[in-house]
Amino acid sequence: MLLNIDQNRFLKPWLVLSFLMLITACENSSSSRPSGHVTDFSQHYPASNGGMLVDAMTGEPSGLIAMIAGESAASAIAGNIFNSLLKYDKNLDLTGELAKSWDISSDQRTITFHLKPQLKWADNQPLTSDDVLFTWQKVTDEKTRTPYGSDFKLVIKAETPDANTFKVTYAVPYAPALDTWAGLHILPKHLLKDQDINTTAFSRNPVGSHYYKLDRWKNGQYLKLTRNNNATQGQARIDSLLSRIIPDKASQFLELSADNIDSMGLNPIQYARIFPARPDLNHHIALYKELGNSYTYMGFNLKRKPFDDIRVRQAINYAIDKQEIIDGVLLGLGEPVASPYKPGTRWSNPALKPYPYDPNKARDLLKAAGYVDHDGDGILDKDGKPFSFEILTNQNKEREMTAVLIQRRLKDIGINANIRVLEWASFLGRFIKPKAFDVVVLGWGLSLDPDQYSIWHSSQQAPGQFNFIGYSNPQADKLLEAGRIELDPEKRMKIYHEFSKILLDDSPVVYLSAGYGLSAIHKRISGISNPAPPAGIGHNTYEWYIPKAYARNEINEQ
Amino acid sequence: MLAYLLKRLLWMVPLLIGISLISFFIMHLAPGDITTSEASFNPKASEESRQKLRALYNLDKPVIVQYGLWVKRMATLDFGTSFASHQRPVFWQTKDKDGNITLGMIQEALPITLLINLLSLGLIISVALPLGIISALKQNQLADRSITLFVFIGFAIPGFWLALILMYWTGVQHAWLPISGLESMGHENLSGLGQVADTLKHLILPVSISGLTGLAGISLFVRNGMLDVLHQDYITTARSKGLNENRVIYGHALRNALLPLITIFGLSIPGLIGGSVIAESIFAIPGMGKLFYDAVLMRDFPVIMGILTIGALLTMIGNLLADVAYAWADPRVRRGVIK
Repeated sequence: MLLNIDQNRFLKPWLVLSFLMLITACENSSSSRPSGHVTDFSQHYPASNGGMLVDAMTGEPSGLIAMIAGESAASAIAGNIFNSLLKYDKNLDLTGELAKSWDISSDQRTITFHLKPQLKWADNQPLTSDDVLFTWQKVTDEKTRTPYGSDFKLVIKAETPDANTFKVTYAVPYAPALDTWAGLHILPKHLLKDQDINTTAFSRNPVGSHYYKLDRWKNGQYLKLTRNNNATQGQARIDSLLSRIIPDKASQFLELSADNIDSMGLNPIQYARIFPARPDLNHHIALYKELGNSYTYMGFNLKRKPFDDIRVRQAINYAIDKQEIIDGVLLGLGEPVASPYKPGTRWSNPALKPYPYDPNKARDLLKAAGYVDHDGDGILDKDGKPFSFEILTNQNKEREMTAVLIQRRLKDIGINANIRVLEWASFLGRFIKPKAFDVVVLGWGLSLDPDQYSIWHSSQQAPGQFNFIGYSNPQADKLLEAGRIELDPEKRMKIYHEFSKILLDDSPVVYLSAGYGLSAIHKRISGISNPAPPAGIGHNTYEWYIPKAYARNEINEQ
Repeated sequence: MLAYLLKRLLWMVPLLIGISLISFFIMHLAPGDITTSEASFNPKASEESRQKLRALYNLDKPVIVQYGLWVKRMATLDFGTSFASHQRPVFWQTKDKDGNITLGMIQEALPITLLINLLSLGLIISVALPLGIISALKQNQLADRSITLFVFIGFAIPGFWLALILMYWTGVQHAWLPISGLESMGHENLSGLGQVADTLKHLILPVSISGLTGLAGISLFVRNGMLDVLHQDYITTARSKGLNENRVIYGHALRNALLPLITIFGLSIPGLIGGSVIAESIFAIPGMGKLFYDAVLMRDFPVIMGILTIGALLTMIGNLLADVAYAWADPRVRRGVIK
């Protein structure tokens, strides 16, 4: 073969490095590095402007028009360049970004956004409601290659009564609307109106309105952003952001140790095993953890026997020790969840508790459902057939380990589970779409808007839709429908608290764990909120600063 | 000779069509396409939108029709644009109506990979040749044994492991060499010569590691070739007529022992454009290996086909060049060819 491809080898570098790091932990700072290690980073300096923050990402954005690029690397960079109408504040409540306020009509079908006055693009052109209208037209255009158009197609009328007002009307009230407007980057009409948005060079040379503008993009190597003097949200303190593309996490870690990058995302081994063993690293690197944005679950195929029996589902839920999974797979760096909403936010029902680990209760429930070990082989059976099924997951180390722990616990109560691990595309094409699975271990995002109609509503079960487990409960359906048309946050909260309770009782999925987002940031970066608010440490990056005394030596400009 | 060359070149056309056909169908045998990546498994992206994307990329058509469309484009040497990378041209740069130039993906990755592979090939030859010769001359003595042991260790050692150890030692413990990437921060502010030196410094580790792992093959070829030749009658003749030993070894033996290497180099031409995905990931080098690997994971068909076609073409050219060079170097072959 032309190219040398061996996927498994990707997993190994990390083990080697962990080992290496632990060995060298003892020999410690006999290192001959001249700088970095001598500065004392514990001193506090007042906020100042300037400096450059260098971070690393594993993938390169394909373009910076987020609605088309889609991947997380693109959103991360584009989020520093473009504004949306609304944003989430540090407590994950919606607040204005380009909009200074918004009104909802009494029939809840029309939303009027009032833009802040005197907004400007980075190229000094005025940013008006025309730009917002243009962006809406693009995202709903049939020719635009975006997967995110459907939410915006619900708008039946979009108007711009004046340069600072943007008004959208929906056929029926649509509660997630505000969330969708918080996710849509507003694009400049004056630069894009004669362009094909799918192929335009603008996506590699964008002009936005947020804190930073793109200075230089070296393909495959780095993207450098510098401060936008016309920024609509005030000025960020740090002058420039450099994002290096380093696909390998182990290499990123070496770069961090050598003080060549300031921040990176960590995995649990790095956070919980390597850092505690390396006092020399802790001297100049601070660790942060925040609740992540996703959870892992085990989902039953509810159209298959015996998973249509609620007693069987609950029994399995009781039989699985969630804390064991959090401790074993995430090294303790996660939380159990009892609803598909981020704990600590308004949508998460504080009264709900995860199913405790209780194998005896599990055995009783299975007995009630007719599963008894008649032939004495240690495996429960019913009608002469042993209770045996397959746990399906995709190639993801954490999910594979989780499946193994589940397998062991199920064996304890007399259920035989086999594990099958598949590459993503075949996992999706051969098993999920045709619903040819017993049980899956997968993850979902903990969405900021509570509407999860597409995941749980009984109408969303066609191939390719997201209720592939086949969950169907008329009561839950009703609540999901009600939650979509209720724009009052208090009333909406009650609806989703009730929905979460029904979901937990029905146990169509076993909530396994929600891992923390872990990051390491050099101590030269000051102004980071610790502990992190619900929105995470990144909520105020524009307030982060680098005291002059801590700035990295750079090769001089000019 | 000219007729022979012409015939060989013409044969490449059906061969290339066959290769592209097989590649295209095998590629489509793998489940999924660009719209089924893990990132797009997102409740915000509806199934209808995915179907729309599929239609826009012609992925809803039968494979044979898609192949036809691809051949039609290829007939005008148009490699198309990537699905995943915001429609970047796969092969060479394009210019839009406003004069913005978008560089091609292969255009950017190829020079980097080529540079690394040529440097490491150069390193391999300059080290493996003397090692092979010494081994042959000191057959079964300590020098031979240690060289063989050394090159086999190099061959057997996992490259990523050695890479990480060396990165840690030369980059973290001592700031001798950069750890990853191709350029230091502030590269653009250096003088022209400084930039070259900076990039070369970044290439020291990747090139020496890929060189070390490649030593074994060439040095053993040279050793065995030399041993074969040294036992030939004409070497005995040369020695018996009193030629000095250097003439015998470098003038007569080595030249003949190197003949099989021509084939090896010819066959390594396609290898020159194929990067190692592991090395490129660890060293954060945006080369061909990573490009191909990512394209396969994303099911970015135009990129996969572009790289495979260029690879196939280079393999065939490499074979041809090897045959021609062989004929040029070896009169026996030359007579056979012309006949």
